[in-house]
Amino acid sequence: MAEQNQGKAVQTTGHAWDGDLQEFNNPLPRWWLWTFYATVVFAVIYWIWYPAWPVADSFTKGIGTVTYQRDGKEVTTHWNARAELIEEMQTGSETMKQQAYLQKVAAASYDEIVNDPDMMAFTRSMAKVLFADNCAACHGVGGTPARIGLYPNLRDDAWLWGGDIASIEQTIREGRNGFMPAFGQVLGEDKVEQLAHYVLSLSGHAVDTAKADLGQAIFQGKEGGCYYCHTESGKGMASQGAANLTDAIWTVADVPGAADDAARINAVEAVVRNGVHRQMPAWSGRLDDTQIKLLTVYVQSLGI
Amino acid sequence: MKLSHESIEINAGLMIVLTLIAISIGGLVEIVPLYYIKDTIEKVDGVRPYTPLEQRGRDIYIREGCYTCHSQMIRPFRDEHMRYGHYSLAAESKYDHPFQWGSKRTGPDLGRVGRKYSNAWHTQHLNNPRDVVPESIMPNYPWLLRNELDYADVADRMRALKVVGVPYSETEEEYLANVDQFGATMAEQFDINRAELSLLAQAQSEDWDGDRSRLTEMDALVAYLQVLGTMVDFTQYDEGYFAEFR
Repeated sequence: MAEQNQGKAVQTTGHAWDGDLQEFNNPLPRWWLWTFYATVVFAVIYWIWYPAWPVADSFTKGIGTVTYQRDGKEVTTHWNARAELIEEMQTGSETMKQQAYLQKVAAASYDEIVNDPDMMAFTRSMAKVLFADNCAACHGVGGTPARIGLYPNLRDDAWLWGGDIASIEQTIREGRNGFMPAFGQVLGEDKVEQLAHYVLSLSGHAVDTAKADLGQAIFQGKEGGCYYCHTESGKGMASQGAANLTDAIWTVADVPGAADDAARINAVEAVVRNGVHRQMPAWSGRLDDTQIKLLTVYVQSLGI
Repeated sequence: MKLSHESIEINAGLMIVLTLIAISIGGLVEIVPLYYIKDTIEKVDGVRPYTPLEQRGRDIYIREGCYTCHSQMIRPFRDEHMRYGHYSLAAESKYDHPFQWGSKRTGPDLGRVGRKYSNAWHTQHLNNPRDVVPESIMPNYPWLLRNELDYADVADRMRALKVVGVPYSETEEEYLANVDQFGATMAEQFDINRAELSLLAQAQSEDWDGDRSRLTEMDALVAYLQVLGTMVDFTQYDEGYFAEFR
């Protein structure tokens, strides 16, 4: 057993087991010991400054304080994270910088925001974050969803529920319930197929014209009644959230991704057969008026 | 016996006893006050126990280990306030056994995920997260849609929670107390004697997983996720009120 440690003679603890088994007494390094004492001192300061010890049915509040505005009056309370958050949301330096812009946006009309490059730059950066936190889970980070069939793409200029500012704001504020009845049981497979041929003919796809003619009669007649929502021209109706069937944009049936004519027919048939149930939640309870305004401007700008 | 360093170190029995005493002091100081401290749980309206269907969903949430990546604790910081909404209150998890606060966020906090997305989104997302969020690293949970929900023991599960303090009712008296506290509609849901019927009724009340003809584990989990963080109406309260409880 080495009697030397770092060149210095080392003491033993003085204990002996089994006659001659001894134990070195190596004291802790000084730096470690002083760090330990420092943490002890820190703990005592912490107890005095912050809420710390439970006492009866309450706790020691500490001597630190936070001051904030409550109902127009100044309130000073013992330090706590909640009061500090209120203070930060009222007077924090980052908050104040943001507030200056938010108040400007809140007071401005939609036209004023769009025509003011400074406000528009703020809107883009702030709304981009809001969009990522709230909207991107369905609509995709940049406004394009993962694939066709789930949620509408916001990067095109086709709007199921209307693309003007007022409609977009209403969509965000109140949410939407996209609904098309399922026609599979009502019409039967043959007529579903005929409708699919007609619907694809509206956007200029090659179809079986005989079937498309039969489909047209169902679409424009009382049997299918498709024209109630999609209109006689097939251009859709924003008040019903009914899609324009005459353009190349598809939000439920993945027609652009279909390999051939048969796959395109299958994709449209599936929608006619099963209908559509899509829900967008209402955001008025979660987002405030200014946030909804920012998102409205941003979402509309995505589509242009 | 003299309590010297040496006598403690060479006497294992004495050392065990003294170690237990030292640890107990720490435990007593930290744990005992939790039973009688009254100043930290906010008095707010709306917080209620989970319904039988939500409770089964919560069991599945725990079984699948969702808590290993998702917290349910929005902290009172500006960035969390901006991203997730109002910070979580102690009162909001007072019926949670065990609570799901967590401190590990591989995925986002779920404290206020309720009604943020549609039922259909949750179903698609749990089945395969990449269907809706291409950049997601969350695993797929396809069996949730395949597995029939086992609700045979839901009453026993509620009885167990009742033992630890959740006010589910078994007697008429307890039921009437719940009617007073939560209203008749909710009190029926908290009645252990009607647990299975309540569960089935809630499963039919909404299109949870897109198929009302089957009762799957997905139905229960989506019902649970959709209630998270939705019980308290924060427009009723002044922010300063919550600061009084800290």
